[in-house]
Amino acid sequence: MINLTIDNQKVAVEAGTTILEAARKVGVKIPTLCYLKDLNVIGACRICMVEVQGARTFIPSCVAPVAEGMVVRTNTPAVIAARKLVLELILSDHPMECLTCLRNQNCELQDLAKEFGITEVRFDGAKTEYPIDDSSPSIIRDPRKCVLCRRCMSVCTNVQTVQALCAENRGFDTLIAPAFNEKLANMECVNCGQCSLVCPTGAIVERDDTAKVWAALADPKKHVVVQTAPATRVQLGEAVGAEPGSIFTGQMVAGLRRLGFDKVFDTDFTADLTILEEGNELLQRVTTGGTLPMITSCSPGWIKFCEHFYPDLLAHLSTCKSPQQMFGALAKTYYAKKAGIDPADIYCVSIMPCTAKKYECRRPEMNSSGYQDVDVVLTSRELGRMFIQAGLDTTNLPEEEYDEPLGISTGAGEIFGASGGVMEAALRTVYEVVTGQTLENIDFEVCRGLTGVKEATVQVGDLSVKVAITNGLGNARKVLDKIRAGEADYHFIEVMCCPGGCIGGGGSPIPTNTEIRLKRIDATYTEDERMVLRKSHENPAVTALYEEFLEKPLGHKSHELLHTHYTPRGVNK
Amino acid sequence: MVACNCGCDDELTKQLDKIIDPYRGNPGGLIQVLTKAQNLVGYLPKWVQIQIAEGLGVSLQEVFGVITFYAFFSLIPRGRHKISVCAGTACYVKGTKMVLKTLRELLDIKPGQTTPDSRFTLEQVRCIGACGLAPAMIIDGKDVHGRLEPEIIPGVLEQYA
Amino acid sequence: MKSLDELAKIKESRRAALKIREGVPSATEKAHVMMCGGAGCISSKCLEVVDAMKEALSKNGIAEQVQIILTGCMGPCDMGPVAIVYPDATFYRRLKPKDAEAIVEEHIMKGNLVQRLLYRAPGAKEPTPKVTDIDLFAKQKKIVLRNNFYIDPTSIEDYIANDGYAALGKALTQMQPAEIIEEVKKSGLRGRGGAGFSTGMKWGFTAAASGSPKYVVCNGDEGDPGAFMDRSVLEGDPHSVIEGMAICGRAIGAEQGYVYVRAEYPLAIERLDYAIQKARENGLLGKDILGTGFNFDIEIRIGAGAFVCGEETALLTSIEGKRGEPRPRPPFPANAGVWGKPTVLNNVETWANIPEIILKGAAAYAAIGTEKSKGTKVFALAGRINNTGIIEVPMGTTLREIVFEIGGGIPRKKAFKAVQTGGPSGGCIPADYLDTPVDYDSLGALGAIMGSGGMIVLDEDSCMVDIAKFFLDFVVDESCGKCSPCRIGTKRMYEILDNISKGKGKEGDIELLVELATTIKATALCGLGQTAPNPVLSTIRYFRKEYEEHIRDKKCACNVCELEE
Ligand SMILES: Cc1cc2nc3c(=O)[nH]c(=O)nc-3n(C[C@H](O)[C@H](O)[C@H](O)COP(=O)(O)O)c2cc1C
Ligand code: SF4
Ligand code: SF4
Ligand code: SF4
Ligand code: SF4
Ligand code: FES
Ligand code: FES
Repeated sequence: MINLTIDNQKVAVEAGTTILEAARKVGVKIPTLCYLKDLNVIGACRICMVEVQGARTFIPSCVAPVAEGMVVRTNTPAVIAARKLVLELILSDHPMECLTCLRNQNCELQDLAKEFGITEVRFDGAKTEYPIDDSSPSIIRDPRKCVLCRRCMSVCTNVQTVQALCAENRGFDTLIAPAFNEKLANMECVNCGQCSLVCPTGAIVERDDTAKVWAALADPKKHVVVQTAPATRVQLGEAVGAEPGSIFTGQMVAGLRRLGFDKVFDTDFTADLTILEEGNELLQRVTTGGTLPMITSCSPGWIKFCEHFYPDLLAHLSTCKSPQQMFGALAKTYYAKKAGIDPADIYCVSIMPCTAKKYECRRPEMNSSGYQDVDVVLTSRELGRMFIQAGLDTTNLPEEEYDEPLGISTGAGEIFGASGGVMEAALRTVYEVVTGQTLENIDFEVCRGLTGVKEATVQVGDLSVKVAITNGLGNARKVLDKIRAGEADYHFIEVMCCPGGCIGGGGSPIPTNTEIRLKRIDATYTEDERMVLRKSHENPAVTALYEEFLEKPLGHKSHELLHTHYTPRGVNK
Repeated sequence: MVACNCGCDDELTKQLDKIIDPYRGNPGGLIQVLTKAQNLVGYLPKWVQIQIAEGLGVSLQEVFGVITFYAFFSLIPRGRHKISVCAGTACYVKGTKMVLKTLRELLDIKPGQTTPDSRFTLEQVRCIGACGLAPAMIIDGKDVHGRLEPEIIPGVLEQYA
Repeated sequence: MKSLDELAKIKESRRAALKIREGVPSATEKAHVMMCGGAGCISSKCLEVVDAMKEALSKNGIAEQVQIILTGCMGPCDMGPVAIVYPDATFYRRLKPKDAEAIVEEHIMKGNLVQRLLYRAPGAKEPTPKVTDIDLFAKQKKIVLRNNFYIDPTSIEDYIANDGYAALGKALTQMQPAEIIEEVKKSGLRGRGGAGFSTGMKWGFTAAASGSPKYVVCNGDEGDPGAFMDRSVLEGDPHSVIEGMAICGRAIGAEQGYVYVRAEYPLAIERLDYAIQKARENGLLGKDILGTGFNFDIEIRIGAGAFVCGEETALLTSIEGKRGEPRPRPPFPANAGVWGKPTVLNNVETWANIPEIILKGAAAYAAIGTEKSKGTKVFALAGRINNTGIIEVPMGTTLREIVFEIGGGIPRKKAFKAVQTGGPSGGCIPADYLDTPVDYDSLGALGAIMGSGGMIVLDEDSCMVDIAKFFLDFVVDESCGKCSPCRIGTKRMYEILDNISKGKGKEGDIELLVELATTIKATALCGLGQTAPNPVLSTIRYFRKEYEEHIRDKKCACNVCELEE
């Protein structure tokens, strides 16, 4: 243990701890901007400077390790003045358009300006002038608002290993962008939105599509249906100001009705359907010698990643569409027919924790109903904004139920939102379908949690099923490289693009960090336990769907509506 | 090989591959490869960057980030002769401004630009280590011309066709 | 070469051949002409003089009896091309090709010195023919540049003849690694790259650090835009750097070294590359050096034009092929350097001192200089001064001696105004402090720094606001952009200065500059930003009146700034 003094308090911490972490331990808050625990520790912004006795300069607490006998002062007048001037400098190169900024009131830079009581910026020199990139269906980059903290770059490079962004030029001209300042839409960017999640400012934000939805709701000719992704239940509360880990399922349904949606359905329903299609596809591959391991395909960021970086492995991908796209295809066929509505009049909205879904719904192959299956995708953040715009007191809304039939679901569908959930749901079903026996303990703990690569072997009848679960694309890479090298003997792999799975998706409320991800995961399994039905094949609405419409898993109609194909894209193309 | 339309050139592509070969799969060689590639091609167009990125096993972003960090690398074609006017302290104190003014008048270009006939590219550099001869300039990275005065500059330029 | 004996043999035989350069006439050779082949003299067309001389020698049939050797920079670049003719050690200057005949036919053949080409001290009637009598050289003390008058930088034998690689031999055969480090510590040698950190201590830390392999790195980025000392060493005596690095390799247990040289120095790169090759061929680099079982080799890495790459962490990152952005320290390179491994990084000049310290002993070295700054320092003198070029003086020499005695004072009878040391990280020292001894601590106390050795002399016609703006412009251009105080702060300082210089300054600007400067110094990530405000602070400190004139009276007394109406 290392002993030091911070603001006259004695502190003992482990060697290697930073001054910042040590200070937090004793309740001393030091402001930060570029720092992101474990992800971006580069000491660039210089907001977290502190005074260390004997040091020639101030010391950046976020990167400086503690030392024995160190005497730290975090709030001397000189320190405060220095931080304030650095902040003033940062603001002198910032457009200050808070009132028209998506991150207004949820912006780390704005918070700092408030905390430091900045009332004036004394410098009126040159400002960064790079054009806004709104080419991507998912995220919008505005380099003018960028403080060059490089969090986005760190996440894209180290966590997602996409490397769509780099630091370009130097000095005042430095820019964080794709090479040649290329438009993101032309890049290997997988639209995961993780960059927008970590950006402290409004320099990378989700594309806001709420106007389209308001317009559809206002259009009397449109029958507007909405589906909500599994993870949104444990996110929406946060988006309207509740504590992380709050479960807002019923309030969300009620709120959506009040906004004027004609039907409030649930992506959990098609999640259950996915299990039946994908489970059967797996069994078919195993019994007929198809390509193994099979890899899940419900995460559109992951799909694009595979198309760019592992086009040679596309045959491993399950051909199942994601639950959101299955839903869209059914909404404009099965549901339209059942409800007697012209599919041309149905406007299909998705509420997703995900920015990549905005891209997915625009893929040309996603119109098997004859129309664009899903018309628009809103992230949890956007729906939160709509609720607030509508003046809803979301927290106190009476809880309501989803509409039938596309709103009926099981706990298995629900856990799709957390890393390992798809695998667990699949195991619950595959086990019973194959063995014909009831599964005693349906909680597959090995599938759960934030570990990057999880592995398990599950005995299903005669077959030892070997599975792997990854979250975050950097972790997917590890397993994919094994497949490429011929060293992977898995049957089934779940890949989720975002760290923690969809509960940590790029459309999640901000902030989203490890601690908050864990809380959302806990909430997800709580929801699962609360459900009466917890296995996808027990979903009565799914059974009815097969009986009334699809006939059987992997049948002709399924293939038409629920399965898809992929496009090898490569890199630097 | 299939002809493509990205501006690359078969022969150059082969030579570039030779430059890359000793560093294949080794990102640490990036700056060395870029230096040699620029000497070969004259500048670093996108196809060169992609070939290097793929050869060394790094992303195009990484390559581009490095290129735009170092003043020595150029993304655009340059003239046959590079005039680097020293803007180091000693030269500045003794007349860099005069040298630049004279060159701008003679060539009608600003630092960073190339003459329309592709004969000269003009740039400012920081100290070429010939402070004793200030003000100085260096042409084509090797010929130092020192103790410059407005009258002698035209004669210097004449030596470069 | 497999043993010390072989080294000694080469030394003996070569030394005999070089007696002539020590003033001993030779039976077989008439003369050795040491023609300066430094960058300065090359651009003054010394190579044409060499050609003319060769022609004159052939014409007179004595080509076999005269050697012409191209050396590294001899120092007085301003007088170039310069040459020394041995055995008489006659110094000639401002040579033109047409002078070659006279030197050959009069001096070499008949022993008559060519009067018009000799050096004359300012004001003196009589010339000073002998190089060692010239005041300019007599006041200097050469350790780093010990070989520059004597050896052919492309001849490893020449280097060996003048005790070259003897220190390495001693370090490998007679000293334990810890003793080597102890010796360097005792010598008091401080890093010549600017910060002046104890070299011995740095080696000690690296030796003690866990992790292997370890590396030895030479910083030859020489980024100060008014400095060319390191270039002179690399061009004139590359083996001294190689030898110093190898000794360190032995001391810390490293087998690989890198020399990072800026791309703007093609001749230095060429000479160093050649020297490394020769050292390998002679078994002084590579495996089993001098038969001792010690392995050490060196690779050259060429910089690509970024001043910040002189900063140690940036340099190490750049060696790895990345953007040369500094990173926070700790960890220091001693613990995590190239490829994350323990690394010693020293400046070219620092390295060139090492063989002398090991060979002659720490005590002899420590006898030179001041209490806290030992040894000599090489400076590049330039600007408004008569003798521009490279000089080497004992630490503690006063600025006055440097500027007025060695440097020959200010041209055209202008008044001295200030000397700028340390380039963009340093400051200006005005006339009042001319008697300050040049050492790390005295300069620091004045708000300037020793820096790497760039010394720019300014006269009454130099506007200090303009000088401050020049350096700020430089750092704005060269800031890597990683940390906000430097990226934005230096830009804002430049903008304020630019306004002042254009007559658009406001009351309060000086105070705002000082506020910015103080904060940037205290908060920037690396040395670039931490020192970038120094030129502004020091000019405000000593020449505040000039700033006020620009701001209040909208005038530039020196007529340098272009004020807008
Ligand atoms: C911006 C900046 C530029 C530097 N440039 C050089 C340089 O060109 N050459 C050099 O030797 N040291 C330079 N240094 C100092 C190095 O970081 C380092 O301290 C030095 O090379 C260590 O060697 P020494 O102990 O032998 O001086 C620079 C430092 C900074 C902050
Ligand atoms: S990024 Fe933050 S500080 Fe900047 S305009 Fe938006 S809300 Fe305001
Ligand atoms: S959306 Fe994902 S892939 Fe695209 S730039 Fe952001 S982090 Fe990278
Ligand atoms: S875009 Fe956002 S996260 Fe990325 S560097 Fe800029 S401010 Fe930081
Ligand atoms: S001080 Fe300047 S050069 Fe150094 S890290 Fe900061 S921005 Fe880069
Ligand atoms: S938070 Fe420490 S430097 Fe940015
Ligand atoms: S280059 Fe010849 S004296 Fe300096």
